[in-house]
Amino acid sequence: MALLEVRDLKMYYKTLRGHVKAVDSVSFDIERGEALGIAGESGCGKSSMANTVLRLLPSNGKIHGGSITLDGVEILKLDDETFRESIRWKKISMVFQGAMNALNPVHRIGDQIVEAILTHEDIPHAEAVERTEQLLDMVGINPKRFKEYPHEFSGGMKQRVVIAMALACNPDVIVADEPTTALDVMVQSQVLKAMEDLRKRLDLSMMLITHDLSVIAQTCDKIAIMYAGKIVEYGSVIDVYENPTHPYGMGLVKAFPNIKAERTRVRSLPGFPPNLLAPPEGCRFHPRCPLADRTCMEEEPRLIEIGSNSHKVACHKVDMLERGVDIWEQ
Amino acid sequence: MGAVRATDEERRVGHGEVILDVENLVKYFPLRRGFAQSLKGGPDLAVKAVDGVTFNVKKGELFGVVGESGCGKTTMGRTILRLLEPTDGKVVFEDTDVTALDPEEVKKLRRRMQIIFQDPYESMNPRLDVSRIIAEPLRIQGIVKNAVDARPYIEKALEDVEMTPPEEYLFRYPHELSGGQRQRIAVARALVLDPEFIVADEPVSMLDVSIRGEILNLMLNLCRERGVTFLYITHDLATARHICDRIAVMYLGKIVEKGPTDSLVKHPLHPYTRALIGAVFVPDPKKKGFGKVLSGEVPNPVNPPSGCRLHPRCPVCRDICKEVEPELVEAENNHMVACHFALG
Repeated sequence: MALLEVRDLKMYYKTLRGHVKAVDSVSFDIERGEALGIAGESGCGKSSMANTVLRLLPSNGKIHGGSITLDGVEILKLDDETFRESIRWKKISMVFQGAMNALNPVHRIGDQIVEAILTHEDIPHAEAVERTEQLLDMVGINPKRFKEYPHEFSGGMKQRVVIAMALACNPDVIVADEPTTALDVMVQSQVLKAMEDLRKRLDLSMMLITHDLSVIAQTCDKIAIMYAGKIVEYGSVIDVYENPTHPYGMGLVKAFPNIKAERTRVRSLPGFPPNLLAPPEGCRFHPRCPLADRTCMEEEPRLIEIGSNSHKVACHKVDMLERGVDIWEQ
Repeated sequence: MGAVRATDEERRVGHGEVILDVENLVKYFPLRRGFAQSLKGGPDLAVKAVDGVTFNVKKGELFGVVGESGCGKTTMGRTILRLLEPTDGKVVFEDTDVTALDPEEVKKLRRRMQIIFQDPYESMNPRLDVSRIIAEPLRIQGIVKNAVDARPYIEKALEDVEMTPPEEYLFRYPHELSGGQRQRIAVARALVLDPEFIVADEPVSMLDVSIRGEILNLMLNLCRERGVTFLYITHDLATARHICDRIAVMYLGKIVEKGPTDSLVKHPLHPYTRALIGAVFVPDPKKKGFGKVLSGEVPNPVNPPSGCRLHPRCPVCRDICKEVEPELVEAENNHMVACHFALG
């Protein structure tokens, strides 16, 4: 059994114009020590899914079904108080999008981490301080900087502080939502390397949410590609990058310029993602898909396994695609 | 959409006449000091955003300027267009000295030099519809008197950016368009005056990966088919590499390396360029592994390091680097580098 198992998770935002189906029947597994990358365009529901797992939803966001089990325990059924006390931060913690701005500018960074520890654990203050110093050291910050304020840190260093904070209570799973999007390439590389080293050392599981497929290729074991609230392709990074099979997955993988490969033209996928208030009938990708036919417009494809190694694809045209046709070639 | 293969750059580079000549361009932003500090005296402080940049762009070329945030690339682009006043140096566009023009003449020059901004969500007035957004440059330049006259220009511009039929988009407002469509409108607005030269300042960094290609290929088409010259400013070496003929790499207000794209990407000579390329992730899980990058981050441009500006972070730094600033010299065919110990 996997450490984190998500099954048929549904989370809708209630709006005046109806439900926005941001997360619609999403299932995936994360094993201990494994990293799953979740990719997709903006608005595809990837951040909503992260927030659903941690129950950090706005008041109009409601979970409409499914299950999330952590180490065999169903955590979706727990009441909010128990969830806050025993799961969030202790078992699953999070590195937020734009985390550099998540730090409080008027408190010393050390105190902010101490606060995170003391909120969740009943230990003496001195012990929390000691652990904070260890945490800072672990993410590559000199513990002597305990008493400095966020403005004294550069962007990459602030991101490391936020990572230290996420590790404060020895979680099993870290959810990282676009952890390096606002950083420069070189700093991004430094921060991701630090995260990768820590993950290996502490045997952490990670769910990495990003629009950047090259980041997932570098740091994750598995990938789930989301489109309009659903997972359309899922599998090991090797399978998905070598043999992307869903038309969207194929387009997305090929749209990424590779600096180490030969120069080619830059690809793109025509069109834009649908409005989740009224997603298209049938396959949600059909308006943008060059292969779409009547079936695609009427019937929703299920995520089915192709080949081995649990590479899964949700597409009616899977037989045609497996033969390695490049459908975006003109 | 008609994607064009980016080929024969090498053949194109080195030929062609120069359309833009930038010579020792400098832009400092003075720092304001408090009263007490000004009594204490000492030198005036300034953010040295662009500190002596020299390069030229050839007609019909796609020239890339690559660097991390804070390296001065955006400031440089804006100073070239006189959206910012240069502190020193010279910008010559064809035979006009841009730096010597008075404001009225600068306005006229805008017909020939245009800009596309980074954020298509912020660079458009949300209360104007597409037809009025694109007509604005025409109105400002006094090319048309009324909306009826402007119509053919607008429709042509929309067709140029492949938003057809134009009637479908004319009366839409920015919020009714997707990010990619908005950026096309921004390109159309720059194109409506039929300029010879466009500064594209991070035109795709706010867009989703899946639609970046559209805008980049649009630029490539305009460059190859219409002969529009582009200065493409970006932090993303991977996209620059795919569309640019030549690339200049900036660090702390200076160009550290420039050359034909393939030569620069395949044989980077400057340690900074090499690290920048090493930091770019490859979308290929079989090539896992972090490239060698420099430690630390870009220092404060108020007090740049002495000598070579990279020396505190440079893996090959020696004593001379701390004292003597390296000149940009030609190392290979058209490939220039500013480093005392340029890598072979």
